[in-house]
Amino acid sequence: MYNNIFSLISGLIFGIGLTIAGMTNPAKVIAFLNITGIWDPSLIFVMGGAIVFTAPCFYLLKDKRKPFFTSSFQIPDIKDIDRKLILGSSLFGIGWGMIGLCPGPAICSIAFIALQPLSIVFVVAMIGGFYFTKFLKI
Amino acid sequence: MIAIDVDHFTPYSSLIGGLIIGVAVVLFFITSGRLAGISGIISNTLERNENKFSNVLFLIGLVLGPLVYIFFTKKDVVFNMTSSLPLIIIGGLFVGIGTEIARGCTSGHGICGISRFSSRSIVATIIFMSCAIITVFLLQFSGSS
Repeated sequence: MYNNIFSLISGLIFGIGLTIAGMTNPAKVIAFLNITGIWDPSLIFVMGGAIVFTAPCFYLLKDKRKPFFTSSFQIPDIKDIDRKLILGSSLFGIGWGMIGLCPGPAICSIAFIALQPLSIVFVVAMIGGFYFTKFLKI
Repeated sequence: MIAIDVDHFTPYSSLIGGLIIGVAVVLFFITSGRLAGISGIISNTLERNENKFSNVLFLIGLVLGPLVYIFFTKKDVVFNMTSSLPLIIIGGLFVGIGTEIARGCTSGHGICGISRFSSRSIVATIIFMSCAIITVFLLQFSGSS
Protein backbone atom coordinates (compact mmCIF):
# COMPACT_ATOMS: atom_id res chain seq x y z
CA MET A 1 0.00 0.00 0.00
CA TYR A 2 2.58 2.57 1.12
CA ASN A 3 4.96 1.09 -1.41
CA ASN A 4 2.49 1.94 -4.20
CA ILE A 5 1.84 5.46 -2.92
CA PHE A 6 5.56 6.16 -2.82
CA SER A 7 6.02 4.72 -6.32
CA LEU A 8 3.56 7.30 -7.61
CA ILE A 9 5.24 10.09 -5.62
CA SER A 10 8.72 9.02 -6.78
CA GLY A 11 7.57 8.98 -10.42
CA LEU A 12 5.98 12.39 -9.98
CA ILE A 13 9.13 13.91 -8.45
CA PHE A 14 11.25 12.28 -11.18
CA GLY A 15 8.99 13.82 -13.85
CA ILE A 16 9.14 17.27 -12.24
CA GLY A 17 12.95 16.99 -12.08
CA LEU A 18 13.19 16.07 -15.77
CA THR A 19 10.92 19.02 -16.65
CA ILE A 20 12.89 21.60 -14.62
CA ALA A 21 16.16 20.18 -15.95
CA GLY A 22 15.05 20.68 -19.57
CA MET A 23 15.44 16.97 -20.44
CA THR A 24 11.83 16.74 -21.59
CA ASN A 25 12.62 18.94 -24.60
CA PRO A 26 14.16 16.80 -27.40
CA ALA A 27 15.66 19.90 -29.08
CA LYS A 28 17.63 20.70 -25.89
CA VAL A 29 18.93 17.12 -25.66
CA ILE A 30 20.05 17.26 -29.31
CA ALA A 31 21.76 20.63 -28.63
CA PHE A 32 23.65 18.92 -25.77
CA LEU A 33 24.73 16.00 -27.96
CA ASN A 34 25.73 18.34 -30.80
CA ILE A 35 29.22 19.09 -29.45
CA THR A 36 30.61 20.15 -32.82
CA GLY A 37 27.79 22.66 -33.38
CA ILE A 38 26.72 25.46 -31.04
CA TRP A 39 26.86 23.40 -27.86
CA ASP A 40 24.43 23.59 -24.93
CA PRO A 41 26.26 21.82 -22.05
CA SER A 42 23.28 22.09 -19.63
CA LEU A 43 22.57 18.37 -19.46
CA ILE A 44 25.96 17.64 -17.88
CA PHE A 45 24.51 19.44 -14.87
CA VAL A 46 21.43 17.17 -14.89
CA MET A 47 23.35 13.91 -14.70
CA GLY A 48 25.97 15.51 -12.44
CA GLY A 49 23.32 16.87 -10.03
CA ALA A 50 21.53 13.53 -9.89
CA ILE A 51 24.74 11.57 -9.22
CA VAL A 52 26.05 14.10 -6.65
CA PHE A 53 22.88 13.53 -4.63
CA THR A 54 22.36 9.81 -5.27
CA ALA A 55 25.90 8.41 -4.85
CA PRO A 56 26.42 9.55 -1.20
CA CYS A 57 22.87 8.43 -0.31
CA PHE A 58 23.48 4.96 -1.79
CA TYR A 59 26.74 4.80 0.13
CA LEU A 60 25.02 5.69 3.41
CA LEU A 61 22.28 3.13 2.73
CA LYS A 62 24.62 0.25 1.87
CA ASP A 63 24.39 -1.40 5.28
CA LYS A 64 20.65 -0.96 5.63
CA ARG A 65 19.01 -4.40 5.75
CA LYS A 66 15.62 -3.69 4.24
CA PRO A 67 13.66 -0.86 2.61
CA PHE A 68 10.72 0.80 4.42
CA PHE A 69 7.81 -0.88 2.65
CA THR A 70 9.08 -4.05 0.94
CA SER A 71 10.99 -7.08 2.19
CA SER A 72 14.36 -6.58 0.48
CA PHE A 73 16.55 -4.40 -1.72
CA GLN A 74 16.71 -5.56 -5.35
CA ILE A 75 20.06 -4.72 -6.87
CA PRO A 76 21.20 -6.21 -10.20
CA ASP A 77 23.85 -8.88 -9.69
CA ILE A 78 25.19 -9.04 -13.26
CA LYS A 79 28.72 -7.71 -13.47
CA ASP A 80 29.75 -8.80 -16.98
CA ILE A 81 30.72 -6.27 -19.57
CA ASP A 82 29.53 -8.44 -22.43
CA ARG A 83 28.42 -8.27 -26.05
CA LYS A 84 24.83 -7.55 -25.02
CA LEU A 85 25.79 -4.52 -22.94
CA ILE A 86 27.91 -3.08 -25.76
CA LEU A 87 25.46 -3.83 -28.58
CA GLY A 88 22.42 -2.65 -26.58
CA SER A 89 24.05 0.58 -25.39
CA SER A 90 25.19 1.36 -28.95
CA LEU A 91 21.69 0.86 -30.38
CA PHE A 92 20.18 2.92 -27.56
CA GLY A 93 22.69 5.74 -28.16
CA ILE A 94 21.89 5.82 -31.89
CA GLY A 95 18.13 5.98 -31.20
CA TRP A 96 18.60 8.67 -28.52
CA GLY A 97 20.74 10.77 -30.87
CA MET A 98 18.21 10.44 -33.70
CA ILE A 99 15.30 11.96 -31.74
CA GLY A 100 16.55 13.30 -28.39
CA LEU A 101 14.27 11.14 -26.25
CA CYS A 102 15.43 8.47 -23.80
CA PRO A 103 12.89 6.29 -21.92
CA GLY A 104 12.13 8.65 -18.99
CA PRO A 105 11.50 11.79 -21.05
CA ALA A 106 9.67 9.62 -23.63
CA ILE A 107 7.10 8.67 -20.97
CA CYS A 108 6.92 12.34 -19.83
CA SER A 109 6.32 13.34 -23.46
CA ILE A 110 2.85 11.76 -23.26
CA ALA A 111 2.02 14.90 -21.21
CA PHE A 112 2.87 17.01 -24.28
CA ILE A 113 0.63 15.09 -26.68
CA ALA A 114 -1.47 18.20 -27.33
CA LEU A 115 1.67 20.14 -28.36
CA GLN A 116 3.18 17.34 -30.44
CA PRO A 117 0.95 14.33 -31.21
CA LEU A 118 3.94 12.46 -32.68
CA SER A 119 5.36 11.98 -29.16
CA ILE A 120 3.03 9.00 -28.73
CA VAL A 121 4.47 7.44 -31.91
CA PHE A 122 7.91 7.35 -30.29
CA VAL A 123 6.48 5.76 -27.11
CA VAL A 124 4.59 3.09 -29.10
CA ALA A 125 7.69 2.32 -31.21
CA MET A 126 9.82 2.09 -28.04
CA ILE A 127 7.33 -0.33 -26.43
CA GLY A 128 7.34 -2.29 -29.71
CA GLY A 129 11.12 -2.46 -29.34
CA PHE A 130 10.82 -3.91 -25.82
CA TYR A 131 8.44 -6.64 -27.07
CA PHE A 132 10.49 -7.32 -30.21
CA THR A 133 13.59 -7.97 -28.08
CA LYS A 134 11.85 -10.85 -26.32
CA PHE A 135 11.85 -12.71 -29.65
CA LEU A 136 15.46 -11.91 -30.46
CA LYS A 137 18.09 -14.51 -29.67
CA ILE A 138 21.07 -12.43 -28.64
CA MET B 1 37.08 24.59 -30.92
CA ILE B 2 33.92 24.37 -28.83
CA ALA B 3 31.24 27.05 -29.20
CA ILE B 4 28.88 27.34 -26.22
CA ASP B 5 25.24 28.21 -26.83
CA VAL B 6 24.98 30.92 -24.14
CA ASP B 7 21.38 31.80 -25.01
CA HIS B 8 20.07 28.34 -24.16
CA PHE B 9 22.58 27.33 -21.47
CA THR B 10 20.66 26.69 -18.22
CA PRO B 11 23.19 25.49 -15.62
CA TYR B 12 21.10 26.39 -12.57
CA SER B 13 17.75 24.92 -13.57
CA SER B 14 19.48 21.84 -14.99
CA LEU B 15 21.43 21.33 -11.76
CA ILE B 16 18.29 21.78 -9.64
CA GLY B 17 16.37 19.41 -11.94
CA GLY B 18 19.20 16.88 -11.62
CA LEU B 19 19.18 17.10 -7.82
CA ILE B 20 15.39 16.59 -7.80
CA ILE B 21 15.83 13.49 -10.00
CA GLY B 22 18.36 12.26 -7.41
CA VAL B 23 15.77 12.78 -4.64
CA ALA B 24 13.25 10.70 -6.63
CA VAL B 25 15.79 7.89 -7.18
CA VAL B 26 16.71 7.74 -3.47
CA LEU B 27 13.08 7.97 -2.32
CA PHE B 28 12.08 5.10 -4.65
CA PHE B 29 15.06 3.05 -3.49
CA ILE B 30 14.49 3.50 0.24
CA THR B 31 10.73 2.89 0.08
CA SER B 32 10.49 0.06 -2.49
CA GLY B 33 14.06 -1.29 -2.45
CA ARG B 34 14.30 -0.94 -6.23
CA LEU B 35 16.44 1.17 -8.56
CA ALA B 36 14.59 3.78 -10.63
CA GLY B 37 15.83 2.75 -14.05
CA ILE B 38 13.00 3.84 -16.33
CA SER B 39 13.59 1.35 -19.15
CA GLY B 40 13.57 -1.45 -16.55
CA ILE B 41 10.34 -0.17 -15.02
CA ILE B 42 8.66 -0.03 -18.46
CA SER B 43 9.90 -3.45 -19.51
CA ASN B 44 8.89 -5.03 -16.17
CA THR B 45 5.44 -3.47 -16.48
CA LEU B 46 5.04 -5.09 -19.90
CA GLU B 47 6.55 -8.48 -19.14
CA ARG B 48 6.07 -9.34 -15.48
CA ASN B 49 3.28 -9.44 -12.95
CA GLU B 50 5.56 -8.79 -10.00
CA ASN B 51 5.32 -5.13 -8.86
CA LYS B 52 3.07 -4.37 -11.82
CA PHE B 53 0.80 -1.93 -9.98
CA SER B 54 3.74 -0.13 -8.37
CA ASN B 55 5.48 0.19 -11.77
CA VAL B 56 2.35 1.52 -13.49
CA LEU B 57 1.92 4.10 -10.72
CA PHE B 58 5.54 5.23 -11.12
CA LEU B 59 5.00 5.72 -14.87
CA ILE B 60 1.73 7.60 -14.27
CA GLY B 61 3.66 9.85 -11.88
CA LEU B 62 6.22 10.44 -14.60
CA VAL B 63 3.53 11.64 -17.03
CA LEU B 64 1.94 13.80 -14.32
CA GLY B 65 5.30 15.43 -13.46
CA PRO B 66 5.39 18.00 -16.28
CA LEU B 67 1.63 18.65 -15.94
CA VAL B 68 1.87 19.32 -12.20
CA TYR B 69 4.89 21.58 -12.77
CA ILE B 70 3.05 23.60 -15.45
CA PHE B 71 -0.12 23.76 -13.32
CA PHE B 72 1.64 25.19 -10.26
CA THR B 73 4.24 27.43 -11.88
CA LYS B 74 2.13 28.57 -14.87
CA LYS B 75 5.35 28.45 -16.87
CA ASP B 76 5.54 27.41 -20.50
CA VAL B 77 7.43 24.17 -20.98
CA VAL B 78 8.98 23.76 -24.42
CA PHE B 79 8.58 20.47 -26.23
CA ASN B 80 10.28 20.75 -29.58
CA MET B 81 10.61 17.58 -31.64
CA THR B 82 11.05 18.22 -35.35
CA SER B 83 12.14 14.76 -36.52
CA SER B 84 10.32 13.10 -39.41
CA LEU B 85 7.83 10.28 -38.76
CA PRO B 86 10.06 7.45 -40.11
CA LEU B 87 12.97 8.69 -37.99
CA ILE B 88 10.74 8.81 -34.88
CA ILE B 89 9.63 5.21 -35.45
CA ILE B 90 13.19 3.93 -36.04
CA GLY B 91 14.53 5.97 -33.10
CA GLY B 92 11.82 4.63 -30.77
CA LEU B 93 12.50 1.03 -31.85
CA PHE B 94 16.25 1.46 -31.31
CA VAL B 95 15.75 2.97 -27.84
CA GLY B 96 13.39 0.12 -26.85
CA ILE B 97 15.54 -2.70 -28.25
CA GLY B 98 18.84 -1.16 -27.10
CA THR B 99 17.84 -0.45 -23.49
CA GLU B 100 16.22 -3.89 -23.19
CA ILE B 101 19.37 -5.68 -24.42
CA ALA B 102 21.70 -3.48 -22.34
CA ARG B 103 19.29 -3.66 -19.37
CA GLY B 104 19.38 0.06 -18.65
CA CYS B 105 19.14 3.57 -20.03
CA THR B 106 20.17 7.10 -19.00
CA SER B 107 18.57 6.62 -15.58
CA GLY B 108 19.36 2.95 -14.89
CA HIS B 109 22.97 2.99 -16.06
CA GLY B 110 23.70 6.75 -16.21
CA ILE B 111 22.35 7.75 -12.78
CA CYS B 112 21.66 4.65 -10.61
CA GLY B 113 24.55 2.56 -11.96
CA ILE B 114 27.20 5.27 -11.86
CA SER B 115 26.04 6.24 -8.34
CA ARG B 116 26.75 2.61 -7.30
CA PHE B 117 30.15 2.80 -9.07
CA SER B 118 29.13 -0.14 -11.31
CA SER B 119 31.78 -0.63 -13.98
CA ARG B 120 29.12 -2.17 -16.24
CA SER B 121 27.07 1.03 -16.05
CA ILE B 122 30.08 3.30 -16.56
CA VAL B 123 30.94 1.40 -19.76
CA ALA B 124 27.29 1.50 -20.92
CA THR B 125 27.09 5.27 -20.32
CA ILE B 126 30.30 5.98 -22.22
CA ILE B 127 29.04 3.87 -25.15
CA PHE B 128 25.53 5.33 -25.42
CA MET B 129 26.79 8.90 -24.98
CA SER B 130 29.42 8.41 -27.70
CA CYS B 131 26.98 6.75 -30.10
CA ALA B 132 24.40 9.51 -29.52
CA ILE B 133 27.00 12.25 -30.16
CA ILE B 134 28.18 10.53 -33.38
CA THR B 135 24.57 10.05 -34.54
CA VAL B 136 23.74 13.73 -33.99
CA PHE B 137 26.91 14.71 -35.82
CA LEU B 138 26.09 12.49 -38.81
CA LEU B 139 22.47 13.67 -38.97
CA GLN B 140 23.52 17.35 -38.81
CA PHE B 141 26.19 16.65 -41.39
CA SER B 142 23.78 15.03 -43.81
CA GLY B 143 21.15 17.69 -43.01
CA SER B 144 18.45 15.09 -42.48
CA SER B 145 17.59 15.64 -38.82
